[in-house]
Amino acid sequence: MSRVHDMGGRFGDGPVVPEREDEIFHEDWHARALALTLASGTLGQWNLDVSRHARERLAPMDYSAFSYYEKWMGGLATLLVDTGVVTREELTGKSEPQQSPLAERCLKPENVAAVLAKGGPVDRPSNIAPAFATGDIVRVKPHAENETVSGGHTRLPSYAAGAKGRILRLHGSHVLPDSNAHGGGESPEPLYAVVFEASALWAHAEHPRDEVVLDMWQSYLLPVSDV
Amino acid sequence: MPHDHSHSDDPHSLLPSDPALRVKALESLLTRKGLVDPAALDEIIDTYENKIGPRNGARVVARAWSDPAFRTALLKDATAVVAELGYYGRQGEHMVAVENTDIQHNMVVCTLCSCYPWPLLGIPPGWYKSDAYRARVVREPRKVLADFGVTLPSETSVRVWDSTAEMRYLVIPQRPSGTDGWDEEALMNLVSRDSMIGTALAGTP
Repeated sequence: MSRVHDMGGRFGDGPVVPEREDEIFHEDWHARALALTLASGTLGQWNLDVSRHARERLAPMDYSAFSYYEKWMGGLATLLVDTGVVTREELTGKSEPQQSPLAERCLKPENVAAVLAKGGPVDRPSNIAPAFATGDIVRVKPHAENETVSGGHTRLPSYAAGAKGRILRLHGSHVLPDSNAHGGGESPEPLYAVVFEASALWAHAEHPRDEVVLDMWQSYLLPVSDV
Repeated sequence: MPHDHSHSDDPHSLLPSDPALRVKALESLLTRKGLVDPAALDEIIDTYENKIGPRNGARVVARAWSDPAFRTALLKDATAVVAELGYYGRQGEHMVAVENTDIQHNMVVCTLCSCYPWPLLGIPPGWYKSDAYRARVVREPRKVLADFGVTLPSETSVRVWDSTAEMRYLVIPQRPSGTDGWDEEALMNLVSRDSMIGTALAGTP
């Protein structure tokens, strides 16, 4: 079944509490955690999908108990150990930190603006042709799970599994996270915005004309021939 | 030895349990290994505290309100249009602008994590990253709007965009009446961050 991060549609959460626009970081360590994560990412030892999966793999009780940036720290610790950038002994302080062979890649302050401005686009040419056109009716595959890796990363939320929707637009071809998070290569394929009537997702839709749009890779979708 | 609070032997359990100390320990370790320069962290923080934030998005919205050709181009290819204004970058590589009308109101969420158009809006607010928002807005957007003091007419449909891929969505709120002839700077003051996520309407003159 799904992982703990896949919470769209869950019941029982309390009110959403608005915040002032000038509250950017509530604590100094939040800012530090964000910056540390971004700077570590520039070492080039993992991609975006690997790093998302590292946060999602936190134990459900940890994920639920952690505040937002604690999740980021939890994910970062996993990434650093998994890639061998740091050792468990260095994390505990039991062994003296060793200078890393990756130190030459260390992000310098004068390069920060350029790195942030450069971004990391994920649109790619693909040899997989679009199977759907705008307006086509599609059905989401029945299991919101990674098809290749059991318990692996996917960007298909549980609440959309099996639902019938309509192609709203083609975004082009994008890197497939289900593959890229597990060393399977970028495997780009067509990506669509798919619109779902609220009543296709929920037994008790809040309003009959409301809709939810999700971005879905082609391999998440099945053709619907009976319409 | 795992700390008391942890429910696993994941690597984070090897670090101090207090989150501020945990971050400090990681930063210190990575700095000593030559992998992180604390001055670069300062620079990243300064960027998102002082340089990149929702005023960027407000400028885009104000221009879309006052320049029909810009609005058309923005709705067609937001990535190219905002890049021309210098608002391209991390977490904003693939942009789509969606426009509120009398019959449709748009809201943006990332139910799986916290995807958000950083170059236009900066760092997402705490509520956007909260379980409550992520869990509820796809099922009950109108009750979430009520938490923000917003009530929509029943004839207006709500379309919630769940950012499941690397597409980043910017909501263009409706231009308030009584603003004819206003210049871009004046219009920008009516465009709040929340109105560009869809949890607020634009301000009124």
